[in-house]
Amino acid sequence: MGSFCYHTFPASSHLLVSDFAPGFKSPKLPYLSKQQERWFSRSQGASKIFAYYGLREPPYKLDALEPYMSRKTLEKHWGGHHRNYVEGLNKQLEKTEVLYGCTMDELVKVTYNNGNPLPEFNNAAQVWNHDFFWDSMQPGGGDMPKLGVLQQIEKDFGSFTNFREKFVEAALTLFGSGWVWLVLKREERRLAVIKTSNAVCPLVWDDIPIISLDMWEHAYYLDYKNDKGKYVNVFMDHLVSWNVATGRMARAEAFVNLGEPKIPIA
Amino acid sequence: MALRSLLTRKTTLGLGLRGLQTFSLPDLPYDYGALEPAISGEIMQLHHHKHHQAYITNYNKALEQLEGALAKGDTTSIVKLQSAIKFNGGGHINHSIFWKNLTPVREGGGEPPHSSLGWAIDTNFGSLEVLVQKINSEGAALQGSGWVWLGLDKESKKLVVETTANQDPLVTKGQHLVPLLGIDVWEHAYYLQYKNVRPDYLKNIWKVINWKYAIEVYGKESK
Repeated sequence: MGSFCYHTFPASSHLLVSDFAPGFKSPKLPYLSKQQERWFSRSQGASKIFAYYGLREPPYKLDALEPYMSRKTLEKHWGGHHRNYVEGLNKQLEKTEVLYGCTMDELVKVTYNNGNPLPEFNNAAQVWNHDFFWDSMQPGGGDMPKLGVLQQIEKDFGSFTNFREKFVEAALTLFGSGWVWLVLKREERRLAVIKTSNAVCPLVWDDIPIISLDMWEHAYYLDYKNDKGKYVNVFMDHLVSWNVATGRMARAEAFVNLGEPKIPIA
Repeated sequence: MALRSLLTRKTTLGLGLRGLQTFSLPDLPYDYGALEPAISGEIMQLHHHKHHQAYITNYNKALEQLEGALAKGDTTSIVKLQSAIKFNGGGHINHSIFWKNLTPVREGGGEPPHSSLGWAIDTNFGSLEVLVQKINSEGAALQGSGWVWLGLDKESKKLVVETTANQDPLVTKGQHLVPLLGIDVWEHAYYLQYKNVRPDYLKNIWKVINWKYAIEVYGKESK
């Protein structure tokens, strides 16, 4: 029985995020209990194994983002939508064995199937997207990035203001449901602002996301009704976590060489 | 070339220098609160006055830009504007149909269809209940934003249930398809009232569906 994924222990990017953000509540990692469950059932001679992904909590209380994102929104968005994606995914995975043993990242890429997504893609990608989104925000967020991230933004966009404009414009010109991302493009070795539809995320093109903003209506409708502009600006001014972005950039630089090559001149 | 002479012809008819028709928000044939409790007045007001109006405003803007691009023969811009026209124009088409698809209970909302459409439904789906089930399940399963439709295929004379993404009009799923009933499953259509429980919205909206309009369109298009 072939499996697409062969990590024995999930190397979750979430672990690294919490390394760089010591003040946050440490996320529960139900991946561990999945591992234990598998060993347990195998040792009992059971022929069926199950994979379960867990609903990870945001690294802050549900009312911590008030007044910019209400507790009610968090309750419905995380407790309703995000939870439904997780449960939907688990139900789908019950029926297949080929997708076992994957990290979330791997599952998203595999189910995307190079543009011809498998039925599990929507749930898998949306679980990943929402985990990433909660982490992309913090109470007392906003303001400006510092040091390396700011330098890279200024290098690739000219100025932080220009980047912010591009990000807001992308959010407001998205047709339908989707996400806006600040992403590090692996091949071009530069930052870019991109928008994706429905559940698609830059992972499927092997790029490295740094920040995301949920532009599905359920993300803002309770708080801002149809005033998308206000929601996006509030996100940039008060919610986005540049701390987390810094951590993600630092990790990304292990995979993408952003520096100028130092070629000695004879 | 032909388009340019069309424009000048319109000018001589006294429609102004531009001769370009602008679109405006159609009035609702009922009060915002008239569809309660199936759809709240707050949603109806936002949906009609803000969302539909925004589609119309942006549609007009895109058409104006298109006119400019056409006059200059700027193919790049002409092609680039297509997605904005499809999205906003589609939004205008779809919502204009949607308001007619709904009617207050006291004006017949929810009354099942009789006559030719009723028979066609029974022939194509077995019964009205089966049709409603099908529409509800396809509407609930739609990922992201879009619409679920009951349509008539003018060529095969069959009734079909289809979904379209974002604001794509039904005709994008088949050039012979005519929309009889459309249900908006964008989150803005139900979120304030039903939150993330789209199936409840779909169950309740049937109480205010205006089958009379669907019968009218069916009668006209099935000739």
